[in-house]
Amino acid sequence: MDQTSSSFVGFAGLASKNKEATKMKAKRRKKISGADLAFRICNGIFMVLFVIITLYPVLNTLAVSLNDGTDALRGGIYLFPRVFTWKNYETVLSKDNLITGAFITVARTVIGTLLALVMNAILAFIVSRKNFIFAKPVSLFWVITMYVNGGLIPTFLLFKSLGLTNSFAVYVIPGMVSAFNMLVIRTYMRGIPDSLEESAQLDGAGYTTIFLKIISPLCKPVYATVALFVAVGQWNSWFDAMLYNRMASQYTTLQYELMKLLSSVSNQSSSAEAMKNAGEGSVTPTSVRAAATIITMLPIICIYPFLQRYFVTGLTLGGVKE
Amino acid sequence: MKTKAINMVDLKRQKVLIFWAAAITIYGIIFNYLPLAGWLMAFQNYKPVTGLLHSQFVGLAKFKLLFSDVSFLRVIRNTLAMGVINLAVTFFMAILFAILLNEMASKGGKKVVQTISYLPHFLSWIIVTGILHDALSGTGIINTLLLHFGAVTQPINFFAHEKYFWPIVAFANVWKETGWNAIIYLAAITSIDPSLYEAAAIDGAGRWAKIKHVTLPGIKPTIMILLLMNVGNVLNAGFEIQYLLGNGLVQNVSQTIDIYVLKWGISQGDYSIGTAAGIFKSVVAIVLIVICNHLAKKHGEERLF
Repeated sequence: MDQTSSSFVGFAGLASKNKEATKMKAKRRKKISGADLAFRICNGIFMVLFVIITLYPVLNTLAVSLNDGTDALRGGIYLFPRVFTWKNYETVLSKDNLITGAFITVARTVIGTLLALVMNAILAFIVSRKNFIFAKPVSLFWVITMYVNGGLIPTFLLFKSLGLTNSFAVYVIPGMVSAFNMLVIRTYMRGIPDSLEESAQLDGAGYTTIFLKIISPLCKPVYATVALFVAVGQWNSWFDAMLYNRMASQYTTLQYELMKLLSSVSNQSSSAEAMKNAGEGSVTPTSVRAAATIITMLPIICIYPFLQRYFVTGLTLGGVKE
Repeated sequence: MKTKAINMVDLKRQKVLIFWAAAITIYGIIFNYLPLAGWLMAFQNYKPVTGLLHSQFVGLAKFKLLFSDVSFLRVIRNTLAMGVINLAVTFFMAILFAILLNEMASKGGKKVVQTISYLPHFLSWIIVTGILHDALSGTGIINTLLLHFGAVTQPINFFAHEKYFWPIVAFANVWKETGWNAIIYLAAITSIDPSLYEAAAIDGAGRWAKIKHVTLPGIKPTIMILLLMNVGNVLNAGFEIQYLLGNGLVQNVSQTIDIYVLKWGISQGDYSIGTAAGIFKSVVAIVLIVICNHLAKKHGEERLF
């Protein structure tokens, strides 16, 4: 599970090793039935196709982002840029709204994730204490929120009257506690033996100490899982920026700016118009968007392969509810 | 021996727990329960000036208006159709992918394919729709391939025809979530007792027989519970992609209940109609969840609650 990086590096080596292993196995068993071989080949083709379909659009965007904008309008760019340039990236990095968006996105991801993690962990800790008299009602109170919510308009009006529109707080405060994330942590905490808590209690530890010094260090994997879920959600969300902070450009986010780029691209009817709009020589909305897309996905692509075991934990724990 | 009775010592020790429980509950009342009071708007002729307390009550008039609106009936159809199509294809693909991945002989290859398969899940719908626009554009890869193999003589404008919209949405969902959804099935497959496969092999079971008689029954509880969770969400599954991909030419098939709510509620400022549509969606979702739960219970499967 945690050998992702090495499997990337050693893919070629592993593949040949495996081929050898298969060969040896084949020799030992002396036969692989025809049907079996056919299955393996088909399966291999399916997997190769799957990988191509998954990766191609991303690699194509990368190629377009590194290609001269006007030249890209001719089409025919697949995996490699035809007329190489950094110009698209320079344009993106010189746009104030995108810089602001990037800054706000990083800020909301960091602050939002920390707040959510702390609150969900505290709540999960509270409801997983066996002696706590209100554990059940508090649990139920949150589980209900998974199925019933006020919906878009009542929520919008509430946030407006709370003064959360046109503010940074609307990104990090409203979604702080989530029943799903709380349940994931709670399930994990329930797996920790009671004896740890009991012996700490005998030593005179209060609940704060038990939470901070005993339970939390053991919960690091599940905390990482929840942090990952929340961080990805924060990084990718755009609708709140559009709905609540449309008028406050100082709180725009990267995804929202990307969305505006997308609509400007799909609204452009002809390439001539695109060139006219470009203004900066060889840069077009399409190529700038490609560069912005790559910049937006880069942090996630770099991080997620190393966190794989955490999402498996989270998804399996999340399936257990009451 | 522990007793169930609450004693004062316990209560004193639990002060800190009670404090945090109270704080978080107050937070929940404000952010999760207070919006429910807004449901009243659907039964009122709500005016922002008069507010929730002094607006005139009109009973079910707003709901009647809603159901006499042809475009609302159309968004119900769209939401349900896309919800069901997406659910069916993403479910099928995730299970298929998990089983086939599990059958892969090369461990390293398996790891690499799986890692790649997660990637799209982490991309936002903004990015995914942008990518789709590129792939399906006049000079994009799909049209290039179609032209190359002579399937068409003119590039197809995929976003201008109603018939392509639902398949595009379904494909986008499959592309984005297959690898991610497969995680849980793969975890379930790994937890199947290996001796079952050995026993099957001794009985002369081939690969297909093993998949059919060991793997599939082994992950059946997982499939059931996920199906339950997702059927309840069928109406919730339609907003971002439809909002981002939809355009004037395909709006008859692209608009969903959520988009309708946004359009009427936020853009047109008719909060009452928007809220009524939102309530309809919530109520249907809850009914669906209860029905699924009941069905599962009847068939002795695992339940949600």
